[in-house]
Amino acid sequence: MTQQDFKSNQYVRFCPGCGDHAITMALQKAMAEIGIPTHNTVVISGIGCSSRMPHYLNTYGFNTIHGRGAAIATGVKTANPDLNVWLMTGDGDCLAIGGNHFIHALRRNINLNICLFNNRIYGLTKGQYSPTSPKGFVSKSSPYGTVERPFRPAELVMGARGTFFARTLDVDMPTTVKCMVQASRHEGTAVVECLVNCVIFNNGAHSYIADREERSERTLMLEHGKHMLFGKDKQKGLVLDGLQLKVVTIGENGITENDILVHDAHTADDTLHRKLALMEGPDFPVALGVIRDVEEPTYEKEVYRQMQEVKETSKIKTFDDLINTLEIIR
Amino acid sequence: MKRQQTDLVVRFCGDSGDGMQLTGNLFASVSALLGNSISTFPDYPAEIRAPQGTLGGVSGFQVHIGSGNVYTPGDKADILVAMNPAALKTNTHYLKTDSVILFDTDSFTPKDFEKAQFTTDNPFTELQIAESIQLLPVPLTSLTKESLKDSGMDLKAIVRSKNMLALGVICFLTDRSIDKAIHFLENKFKKKPSVLEANLKVLTDGYNYASNLHLDIQFIIDNPSDNNSQVERASIAGNKATAFGLLAAAKKAHRQLFVGSYPITPATDIMQELALRKDLGAVVVQAEDEISGICTAIGASFAGNLAVTTTSGPGMSLKSEAVGLAVMSELPLVLVDVQRGGPSTGLPTKSEQTDLLQAIWGRNGECPVVVLAASTPANCFDFAFMAAKLALEHSTPVILLTDAYLANGTALWEVMHLKDLPPITPVGIDRQAKGHNNPALRDPESLARYMALPGTEGFEYRNMGLERDAETGTISTNPDNHARMIKTRAEKVSRVADYIPYAHVFGNPNADLLLVGFGSTEGHLKAVTEKLNKEGKPTALLQLNYIYPLQRNVKQILLRYKRVVVCELNSGQLATYLRSQIEGLHLEQINKTTAQPFEIEEIISQL
Repeated sequence: MTQQDFKSNQYVRFCPGCGDHAITMALQKAMAEIGIPTHNTVVISGIGCSSRMPHYLNTYGFNTIHGRGAAIATGVKTANPDLNVWLMTGDGDCLAIGGNHFIHALRRNINLNICLFNNRIYGLTKGQYSPTSPKGFVSKSSPYGTVERPFRPAELVMGARGTFFARTLDVDMPTTVKCMVQASRHEGTAVVECLVNCVIFNNGAHSYIADREERSERTLMLEHGKHMLFGKDKQKGLVLDGLQLKVVTIGENGITENDILVHDAHTADDTLHRKLALMEGPDFPVALGVIRDVEEPTYEKEVYRQMQEVKETSKIKTFDDLINTLEIIR
Repeated sequence: MKRQQTDLVVRFCGDSGDGMQLTGNLFASVSALLGNSISTFPDYPAEIRAPQGTLGGVSGFQVHIGSGNVYTPGDKADILVAMNPAALKTNTHYLKTDSVILFDTDSFTPKDFEKAQFTTDNPFTELQIAESIQLLPVPLTSLTKESLKDSGMDLKAIVRSKNMLALGVICFLTDRSIDKAIHFLENKFKKKPSVLEANLKVLTDGYNYASNLHLDIQFIIDNPSDNNSQVERASIAGNKATAFGLLAAAKKAHRQLFVGSYPITPATDIMQELALRKDLGAVVVQAEDEISGICTAIGASFAGNLAVTTTSGPGMSLKSEAVGLAVMSELPLVLVDVQRGGPSTGLPTKSEQTDLLQAIWGRNGECPVVVLAASTPANCFDFAFMAAKLALEHSTPVILLTDAYLANGTALWEVMHLKDLPPITPVGIDRQAKGHNNPALRDPESLARYMALPGTEGFEYRNMGLERDAETGTISTNPDNHARMIKTRAEKVSRVADYIPYAHVFGNPNADLLLVGFGSTEGHLKAVTEKLNKEGKPTALLQLNYIYPLQRNVKQILLRYKRVVVCELNSGQLATYLRSQIEGLHLEQINKTTAQPFEIEEIISQL
């Protein structure tokens, strides 16, 4: 299968230069690499720019209502666990109006692949601040700057006991594809936060790390089992100083590569995952890649395991058996 | 004095922990076994466990039995069982003038009077209980203690058995042998032999005690020996019947049953009943909220399950937007609304018919759905089944209205086995269309949309809440297309009328007076109709179960009668709806908005 197999015949209507174009291509590539046929793949979405995505994929798709994608996807996956179910959502759709469904999907650990397009703005309604807009952000609905604290998606995911969290940038196609493939292979609710640029209403939202010149200095690409190294020549790294992360330079103060933390995405304890996911510039690099990937039983498997157990032990095998449990009066 | 009656109403009242529901149910079952018709209604307090002996903690259970048809739990009681003064105080207005009050003298002490907020030591005088009402004082608690003194049970467990002593007395008082009750108790407590033994002993002692009292009253109800009919019947509550109807429909449709619901009184029993049925393959998701309840169901429907969400009025409001999604995406969905007193939180345990217009019209856009209303606890089964059948065969959401009165009330149900039920053939795909895979194709007769289930190769399509092109099924903002699609969706739902039975008129079809009702008022309106006809006042009744669309002959029926009176438990929603559908209709109205069922006499007095 190739990327072409997953392209629908619909004209892609994202604005020219929108980061969503890149994510669409990355998803088509990822789906081809995953290798699950189009008819066994379902893409659900809510409302927003990101939620147009199902129309551009030649799979089963359902562009639903604002914020409810996670609930609808939960229904699809529970009804038919054989399907590979994706949810396309944005920072408004997922974290504002759909926040409740999002955290409960994570709590249940249902096997969904969620792409959370974070552009820190409401694009489709033309430029209001979102739950991820930084404090003080000026937008049409916050002309004097917001006074609200933003959500940090990773924190929310882990607070809801999420088992998979990855972060990627729209301009970094290979990492995006890799995160999506790993999200799909993860059994449980997988969240890939895609940092995307909105050229019209929030241009440069992620330019601090998207900037090609600076990116290697300002981001840390995490890989399970590998040292947490970053910088142009991979000369910088992370160590633990007490309970805090600290940036060090190899060769300074006797630091060698062996002193640098090794990323363990599979450890159940999320303490370090949170710390990594919440790193911000200028003191720290922003973590990209798969930050957390932990195995836990999935909701739908537990549902059907329990159903099987009950079926084996119950005396009621048919509807008529059920009727016969009533006190029949003749 | 033996009092020969064709029917009898017994009201069992006590503390929440006194076992009145069980006692009432047993009495009803025993009577059903003897061939009587039955109708029961529990009257729960809103509090989970109010302090013992207080007015807020009184739990009631009313049983109506009859030798002929019994349509309602009865307006007023022939016998009141009052386990304490609070039960007496809160139930005196349910008494007939010649009724009997059985009360536990052990619980009628000054301390108990105080708890029930009596100011004197004579509650009967204080309540101005008529002289014509006969008092039957029985020391239920001390007799029970005496009966079980050698049982080795602890005192608390012994005292808890006093309801069986009351049942024994009532059985004697109503001339029913306790053999049948013994049979039911044996089934109920087959895993707890010591409890069974104790219950049987107390029951028997109660019966014998009453027979030794040389009472000067005994009620005699004919037990028709119409037992040659081999019809199998069972006593069933509306919520359970609804759950069973959905299970049967899933089996008939060969679809997995999926329920996405959030707990809400008085609908919760349905999801609980279905959560038990993993053995029959039912999947129940207890959703994080009402919206998620319907949305998980919509997702499951998209994936090919028979999808259901259950709720009550406040939940209906929350689900409205998602109902619109199901209409737009043309997915089958059953939404059960067990109505309660509203608006807002309202009266969660009481019954009303106030969601009717919300069900028909309460959504944004032009948003037609099929609306059905069950009218007896037993036919909740039939209409739950029908709701599923219509949803799957016409690719549409169906709203089934029941209410608290049907949900918790019980009646005899002629049990259904799968072979007794019609087939369900969900709309599928047009296999011929493979290759050009067009999600806009419809069945030319019903206009149901052909639908591929995810997993079907070659039929991949995108569904949506956005307007779709009528020819291709892809997004469209074309004005003419929108008008066409609105018409198509409306036409699809109105064509459902061609697939449902004609309406029938009950009573005297040649009368000048036609009563019209829908849903749970059926019992009361039938009883009114029967009574008026017996009194020589010709009356007909049209009780609607199919609300939207109306059955094909409803217009003709409504226009045929000189006088048409719409009776409903709201301020006139059905009347408003009928006027909107049928031009030239002149309707009178009888409305009740106390969140209580009709009483037969109050309807007759208003006619």
